[in-house]
Amino acid sequence: MSGASSWSFREEDSDRIHGILAGFLRESNANTGMIVDRTGQMVAVVGEAPEFDPVAFASLTAADFSANDQLARMIGEAEFGSLFHQGEKESMYLADIARRVILVVLFDNRTTLGLVKLRVRAAVGELNKVFADMFDRKGSGQSGFEAEYLGEAEDEIDKLFG
Amino acid sequence: MSMINYASREINCKLVYYGPGLGGKTTNLEFVYNKVAPGSRGKLISLATETERTLFFDFLPVDLGTIRGFKTRFHLYTVPGQVYYNASRKLILKGVDGVVFVADSQVERMEANIESMQNLYDNMAQHGYNLTNIPFIIQYNKRDLPNAAPIGDLQSALNPGWEVGDPARQKLTPDPYHEGEYLVVQQDGQWFERATYFEAVAMNGEGVFDTLRAVSKLVLKTLGS
Repeated sequence: MSGASSWSFREEDSDRIHGILAGFLRESNANTGMIVDRTGQMVAVVGEAPEFDPVAFASLTAADFSANDQLARMIGEAEFGSLFHQGEKESMYLADIARRVILVVLFDNRTTLGLVKLRVRAAVGELNKVFADMFDRKGSGQSGFEAEYLGEAEDEIDKLFG
Repeated sequence: MSMINYASREINCKLVYYGPGLGGKTTNLEFVYNKVAPGSRGKLISLATETERTLFFDFLPVDLGTIRGFKTRFHLYTVPGQVYYNASRKLILKGVDGVVFVADSQVERMEANIESMQNLYDNMAQHGYNLTNIPFIIQYNKRDLPNAAPIGDLQSALNPGWEVGDPARQKLTPDPYHEGEYLVVQQDGQWFERATYFEAVAMNGEGVFDTLRAVSKLVLKTLGS
């Protein structure tokens, strides 16, 4: 294996994920559900649009989860499957999906950690299946990415970094 | 691991600046942050100690704009250079699409450079990646200092080249950035390839965008392969 493999994310994947997260938010009364990939990229946001910078948030989430993964190993656990950060009003619950992406749930005093944990289990199970299907789809759509795209991207690089 | 999101029509690529402590990795990102138009970049996030030494990473997203309908973005990361932060350093390499090694040209930092380069190869290998097969650029920083080692010495120590096994790549390949120099050469019947290098003075921006432009283009080429 040379570098990390690329993966692609299709319209139908997005629809399935949005469907699962929307159902989960309804049942748990949480505000926002996000999917962040382990390299720090935001994949999906469902529910209340967050007011913060989602790009920065995603990179910090991935770093947080990765650091905790290593801490888990140090104490003899294979992983921490989920993390919980409690705030005075806003809290976050993070759960691993298929070892490749992270589900982030933002919730406030309108619900409880217990209800979020109860409802998230089913959502995690369904999301695991969606992502396992996606990662099994070898070379999905990205091979031979448009030559025209690459030409124009190079021009933009010259303009921006010129 | 560049991610092509066909649903939101986004392409995100991850570039990591690696190298010994105090070599200028964060300075590279700060210069990019200050020079790129605010509309084309996000916030610069630094997880640093009180003395401004990188503790976990710096992060800067740069938007290339929408190309053929795809919003294209580069995520620039630095790693903490200090030796004892290796656990965090390894985490940042996860999913990397392109690496810039920022070497400190000062003679006194040669050992630190070599140690960091070895550490980079080791950490990449532990993720299952092969540095010789992904976009990789070396930047020799601090070229303005009087104690800067000659480029030839730095190249021999940090960029001696690796064997090229793929017959398709076994051909004399000129270095597009240095006239009269080659990236792939044959020596004693064996083919060797070196990483592209740039000289820089990151403090005043010299070489910073040359480096970023080169690694970005290499990364985009990998999308098409």
